[in-house]
Amino acid sequence: MPAVPELEAAIEVAQKDIEAGTSLWRDAFHRLAKNKLAMAGAVFLALLFLACFVLPFCGIQSYETTDMSLGPTLPSAKHWFGTDVLGRDLFSRVLFGGRISLSVGIAATVVSLIIGVLYGAISGYFGGKLDMVMMRIVDILYALPYTIFVILLMVLFNRSILLLFLVIGAVEWLNMARIVRGQVMALRKQEFIEAAVALGLRKRRIILRHMIPNTLGIVVVYATLTVPGIMLLEAFLSFLGFGVQPPMSSWGTLIDEGAKRMEEYPWLLLFPALFFSATLFSLNFLGDGLRDALDVRASKD
Amino acid sequence: MSETILQIENLKTHFPVERGFIFKRHIGDVKAVDGVSLSLQKGEILGLVGESGCGKSTLGRTILQLIRPTDGTVIMEGRHLNQLSSGDLREARSSFQMIFQDPYASLNPRMTVYDALAEAIQAHRKIPAAELPALVGALLEKVGLAARFQRKYPHEFSGGQRQRIAIARALAVEPKLIIADEPVSALDVSIQAQIINLLAKLSREMGLTLIFISHDLSVVKHISDRIAVMYLGKIVELGPAAQVIEKPLHPYTKALISAVPIPDPRREATRERVLLPGDPPSPMNPPSGCPFHPRCLYAIPECSKIVPKLESFNAPNHEASCIRLKDINPS
Repeated sequence: MPAVPELEAAIEVAQKDIEAGTSLWRDAFHRLAKNKLAMAGAVFLALLFLACFVLPFCGIQSYETTDMSLGPTLPSAKHWFGTDVLGRDLFSRVLFGGRISLSVGIAATVVSLIIGVLYGAISGYFGGKLDMVMMRIVDILYALPYTIFVILLMVLFNRSILLLFLVIGAVEWLNMARIVRGQVMALRKQEFIEAAVALGLRKRRIILRHMIPNTLGIVVVYATLTVPGIMLLEAFLSFLGFGVQPPMSSWGTLIDEGAKRMEEYPWLLLFPALFFSATLFSLNFLGDGLRDALDVRASKD
Repeated sequence: MSETILQIENLKTHFPVERGFIFKRHIGDVKAVDGVSLSLQKGEILGLVGESGCGKSTLGRTILQLIRPTDGTVIMEGRHLNQLSSGDLREARSSFQMIFQDPYASLNPRMTVYDALAEAIQAHRKIPAAELPALVGALLEKVGLAARFQRKYPHEFSGGQRQRIAIARALAVEPKLIIADEPVSALDVSIQAQIINLLAKLSREMGLTLIFISHDLSVVKHISDRIAVMYLGKIVELGPAAQVIEKPLHPYTKALISAVPIPDPRREATRERVLLPGDPPSPMNPPSGCPFHPRCLYAIPECSKIVPKLESFNAPNHEASCIRLKDINPS
């Protein structure tokens, strides 16, 4: 420790009573907590996560045990959501399906987030010719019909779930890159970035510590709105038969199966569709709430 | 007070103006800084004044290489700053810092005071993490803030406090030169004096060289050793603060000084004012000869032909660029 009295006095003060500050994140959380719709969405999602990721280990019926003698039955005390045509318990199938759908949605969002944020931040920060080239690449990829792109990749490689995450994430980052680029370009003119340059910080540090944290508000909002989009895309792919393969299920495949038999056994469509839409609604409400909470200007207080 | 710390020669910063979408045509230059020469002694405070758009902020940023100059040299402690590679320049940045105009925009809203200052301290020095809290605390005390504020975020401070934090950040790298770009113009009048006095005190105590940029002569005159007056990218008058204020040489400086209100209603009512006709011309297309001649009360036909140079008058260190210095000033 330095033996300067001034410093030692400062150490004492520093250790005695440092007042804690309130970060912008915590402020935003307080505002979010006041938004009933967003909180309802968050609570629903939390419960759904618990149900999908914990319940299957608590000894509920297997999602793949078939009971041909049973066949499709209406909801009962034993099978809460009834059974499907092969006599499999629909309740556990919906939960297992939710596991796949939510995982795909979140994992693909994370992949798209990482690629998109870095790509956008680099493009926006350096600007000029590099930005021009990077953004034209985005434009070209954007012009490709991405569902066909995904289907192609799925056919070329194995239809593994892991690949599904990556492939969807790899086509969904384009919007994120554009949003972050715009944000970074606006930030680049800010004086605190100039101050960071004047301090002689490295470019990597300026981008990672000064640029990206200030774009995260919008990124978080956009991410919560991307998850439902990706879940829809997964459902769509599964609906076409390119997604998860039986006996595994996702909400997409369940809805597909249900839709084929909806005239005879409507509950096969009803339950997965209900869960799916409730999840999409919750994510959207949460996203809207986050946007209001993080953007102080748009919020009411 | 005799060691030269900063030497600027014929510094020019021109911004190209281009038209067209794909095939860009170069249609001219905005000559924000157009041939400025200056030298600063260690520990000196230079006030840089001029109206908006005269290039004073650009000059400050060009000296610090936040904007690379078009031409000319900036020599700081024997190093040609504008010839350094970007890596060397980054290293060299520890010896010069900037304080910005808007304390609401110059601090990262997502970083606590501690994070911001610790980052600045570590930018050029390897400091063990255990010593950082004490150093940050000492920095805060130096600018008149309590060390217990270090875990707070910028939005929890007032404008004056934020400017103090910005000053602390600039001091964190232990610079020799600080350029303050209108550091008080965004603050309340009551706070302005505090910040100005703080800067003057720091400069005195630490032997800091300071360039204080302002559009307000009354702000600058109290702390400056010398004052430089800029008009349209050029320095038109340079001299000891008292002399520039009391006996301005250049017609433009005379007009500026007569525009400063006197805080005494009776004297204010009878104060003589020089009103300048017209607006400052576009820096893209400056007038020929003396840039000030279209608005000058003393202009003669020669003024539009001869480009005046800074020359001393009456006192050896008091210079102005006007071909009629002898005619309009009593010697």
